[in-house]
Order: sequence, then C-alpha cells, then structure tokens
Amino acid sequence: MTAEMTGIGVSPGAAYAPVARLAPVPAPPADTGPEPDPAAALARAKTALEAVAADLDDRAEAASGTTADILDAQSMMPRDPALADQIEKALAGGRSTPHAVIEAYGFFRSALEAAGGYLAERAADLDDLRDRTIAVLLGRPMPGLPDPGHPFVLVAKDLAPADTAALDPAKVVAIVTEQGGPTSHTAILAKSMGLPAVVACPAAAALADGTEVLVDGGTGLIVPDPEPGRVRRVLDAEARRNAALEASRGPGRTADGYAVQLLVNLGSQADLAAAAAVDSEGVGLFRTEFLFLDRETAPTVDEQVEAYGQVFAAFSGRKVVVRTLDAGADKPLAFVDHGDEPNPALGVRGIRLARTDAGSSLLDDQLTAIAAAAAKHSAEVWVMAPMVATPGEAAAFADRCRARGLPTAGTMIEVPAAALRASRVLDGCDFASLGTNDLGQYTLAADRMNGALAELLDPWQPALLDLVSLAAEAGREAEKPVGVCGEAASDPLLACVLVGLGVTSLSMAPGAVAAVRAELSTRTLADCAGMAARALHSDDAAEARRAVAAY
Amino acid sequence: MSERRVVIASTVGLHARPAKLFAKLAGDLPAKVTIAKEGQEPVDARSLLMILTLDAKGGDEVVLAAEGEGAEESLDALAAELQTDRDAP
Repeated sequence: MTAEMTGIGVSPGAAYAPVARLAPVPAPPADTGPEPDPAAALARAKTALEAVAADLDDRAEAASGTTADILDAQSMMPRDPALADQIEKALAGGRSTPHAVIEAYGFFRSALEAAGGYLAERAADLDDLRDRTIAVLLGRPMPGLPDPGHPFVLVAKDLAPADTAALDPAKVVAIVTEQGGPTSHTAILAKSMGLPAVVACPAAAALADGTEVLVDGGTGLIVPDPEPGRVRRVLDAEARRNAALEASRGPGRTADGYAVQLLVNLGSQADLAAAAAVDSEGVGLFRTEFLFLDRETAPTVDEQVEAYGQVFAAFSGRKVVVRTLDAGADKPLAFVDHGDEPNPALGVRGIRLARTDAGSSLLDDQLTAIAAAAAKHSAEVWVMAPMVATPGEAAAFADRCRARGLPTAGTMIEVPAAALRASRVLDGCDFASLGTNDLGQYTLAADRMNGALAELLDPWQPALLDLVSLAAEAGREAEKPVGVCGEAASDPLLACVLVGLGVTSLSMAPGAVAAVRAELSTRTLADCAGMAARALHSDDAAEARRAVAAY
Repeated sequence: MSERRVVIASTVGLHARPAKLFAKLAGDLPAKVTIAKEGQEPVDARSLLMILTLDAKGGDEVVLAAEGEGAEESLDALAAELQTDRDAP
C-alpha cells in the first residue's frame, strides 16, 4: 500500500477512481544502422505501422461523427504506401529501423508544413503517429491519453496543450501531475473544466495504472487505496459542495452580508451569450482587442458602435467596464507602426499608444463609438485605460472620456508605479481595476511567457498582494471602487483574500463565478481580513496558499 | 496510357474528408492510378499523404492517369468521385 501524498491543489473538488497514466513519448535509441537485413527491418516497421493503424480503427469505431471521421483518416496514414516507400528508402540509406521511421514521417511533415495553412496544422498529427509507431517498435505503450473504458484519474509527469485538447470530462474525473505549477496549462484547463486537479506532486510517479485513488483538488491530498468509510465521507462532502454551487445565486455577499460585486471577463463576441447567461452583476473587463487584431485596417466608428452595442444589449441593466485598446507588446496591430522595440512588454503599449498621432486618433474613435453605443442601450457603461503608470496619464484619460460624454472613467492598475501612487491616480479618475496578471509580471520582473518562472507569476505572491492592499486602501480613503480583474479573482480562496485586502469587486472567467460566490458566502468579512493577513505574512506564494488554506 | 482531366468540386479542395474518400476508393480499384496537378510530378492516388502534399484546391484541375487492365473503369470512378462535392451536407 502506497502512503498518502500531497501536491498543490489547483482546482477544487474531490474524486475517487482508478489511476490511468499518460504514457510518455518514447525517446528513440541512437541510430544503430544500417540494418543487417533491410527487408526484415521493413517488415518490422510495417507491422508496427499496422498496429498503430489498427488502434486508431478501434478508437474510430468507438467514436462518432467528426471524431470518427478524423480518426479514420488518421488510420490511413500509417498504412499509406508512400510512407512505406520512404521507410524503405531510409533503410537503404543506412538508417536503423526507428530512425528510418522518423525520417519517413519527417519527409511528409516538411511537405505539409511547406504547403502552410490547414495542411501545416496536420503536421502535428504526423508527429503523434510517429511517436506511436516508435513506441510500438520499442515495445512500449503508445503515448497519448489512456482510454481504459471507465472513468479514471489521469496521472502524468506533466500535460501538454495537445494532450489536454482531447480530454473527455465524462471519463477523466481528476488530474494529477508530478510537475507543473499553479499557473500551468494543466491548472488553468482543469479550472475551466471544473475538474479537481493536483499539480507539483513528485510522489505521484509511484502511482501505477489501476490503483484506486482519492483526490482532493482543494487541499492537494492524494490517498491511494483509501478505506471505504473515508471515500464515502469525502464524496458526501463533495456532493454537498456541488449542491451549494448549484444553489448559489444572486449578488456576491460575505457570510455577514458585506457586498462584493462579482463580474465576468469578456474577450470576444463568440463568448458573449454564455457570459451574459451567467448570474453576475455585469462585465468587469471587456477586452476590445478582438475588434482590432488580425486585420489590415482599423475598424470604423460605425463598426465599433455595432459591436459594443451587442455587448451592452446583452448586459442591459447591468454594469459593463470597457477597457480601451490594449495593443502593442504581444498584440501588435497591422495598421500601426509599433517600431522596433527590443523590450515590447516595457514599450509603447496600452494607453502609451495614445502618445502617437495614430494611436491618439484610434483612442478618440474608440471613445466616440463607446459613447454612441452606450447612449442607445441601458447598460451602465464604465471605461478604463490599460497600462497607466502615472496620475497624469489617468487624469488625461478621464478628461478625454468625460469630453465625449462618458461619465465614469477609470484606470487599470497593472504597473507597480500606479499601485504605489494609487491615491493620486484615483484623484484624477473615478475607479481602478487591478490587472493582477500584468501587475505580477512587472512586480516580480518575470516574463509572463516564460514557463520556467511560473512560480514567480503565481497570483499568491505576497509582494503582489502588498500592491493590491495599497491600491485597495487608497480606494477606501477616496471612497472610490477598486476591483480586481485577472486570474487571481477566479481562485475562490484567493478571492476571499482580495476581499480581505479591501477590494470591492471581482471580475473573473464566467465559469468561476459560482465557486467564488459559494466560497465567499461561507466567510465573514473579518474571516477574509484574517486570511489576507496570513497571506501578507508569508514569504512566498506556496506558503501564503498553505497558510490561508489552513485558516 | 489513358488520362482524365477533372476539376475538383469540393470547395475545401482535395483535403480532409474528400482526400480520404478519394484515396480509399483508389485503393479499392484494380488499376494503379496517378494524380497530378498541371506541370507537377504525378503521385500515387492510393497515398493520402502524397495527395495532401499536392495541396489541390476546389476549382483546381487535376490529371488522372492509368494504364493496363481496368484503367478506363478506374479512371471513370475516380473522376466521378472528384466531381462530387463532398462538402455538401
């Protein structure tokens, strides 16, 4: 019997099922070619290819519709006569069998990549088929998601986006990874699917296929072969938690009735209907970039009025906080010359774009369009600017908004300078919203795109929470709202910490609202303040999380 | 050597499902048929991978060629397949 183990719980909920491991991609041995008997080697390769194809056939049979069609087409590839020809050629060229297979797949991969577009996307399918073929040749299990035919706990060293794309929530009941961190792809995906997940649990390497495990995605505890009584207790508690989530309705409140606005983040028209259907008080972050990216010319004012109008109509009677264009850095515009910036995350992005003539007229057009759309609908429209660093920038933006008839103008706080001087920033505008993702990146000096620094980008970092506390305190003194929009607000425990720090609204992924509302309703404002104090007294994110979980 | 010149009816071109159906059919026919885009090397019509690398789009003309026993029937069947719009619901 294996002992209990703990990792970082990143997505709450409990589950009990047998383990099925994600088999790793096999590393091919060094090239030992040429093969003494190329004909026999070719026959071996063909047998392996046939096994891969037959496995795909089986899976196509179990699937239906588009999935079955895709698997069926995939199963033709290992059986493709041209592939066998290429393997034969590579064997004749002196390659060992595995390397001949790699070379043959590589030949078609580059041909598809060269064609570009749809075909280039298929190139990754070939990599998957290649890895499967190599695994069979080496006598290992085929890599990829397991399918034991019953619900299971997926255990892996780490999950790549490609592994998780095919995840079926009807079969996977929880995820456990040996590596990864709280902001890893696995964590974000599990949260969005509502699957319990534990990451950073090296001991999970010892979990074998078929072992029954009890997983708690809140505390990070994993119990192999648990006693039946314990399973029943945990699953009963889980059922109660789910019932509380189902029953969670209405505006956000602490247990003692302190109001906290719960809002959703919105980034595209495609998500509009689903976002509007969520029981929330409105949109806390409406990202407008989708109107500007991937196009040759700027959208016209009329086009913008139409697009904003659709959002305001869907949120009629509720609040919508529009963030003006946040272009530059990783989101360049085709119709704006961003120049050659060695360090675009620290360059002319967000409101800084308005320093240029082109950017300034883009902003004027956008504000004109927002005002026109707001006049036609009954949503309560607020506007805020991204990347504000100084009180002067905040005041200039607010003046610009008011000149166009937009009465409520605010500032995103994502630059540490703006958080440090939040009271002066709030002097010139009406509200502030903390963008914790960028604020974390700038506070910890850790690039958001750099996976190796994931732990520094953890929204539980006490330094980030210090800045949130400063800004919230400034808001309380000025009697102006200071909210949070960013990953931080969608973590139920951290959301309570933010409320304890004095934040007045939380804006998050639509799927996170119910869980945050339910957690908040179990804590008094004094509890939240106590949790916040514990987090601030920690030295790093992991300690803060532990200290608050134990509160 | 017999030939057929055919314009691809499926709007997505000879990709995805239309390519799969074409290669499957070619594998079931008696003659060894090749398919080429104008001015390019012909490829084995039974090879889905080679067909994909042709990157033939909807409206493109392709040349089917075969010889020997069953050549005419095989070419007719494959030409008819290409002239069917496989995107149509």
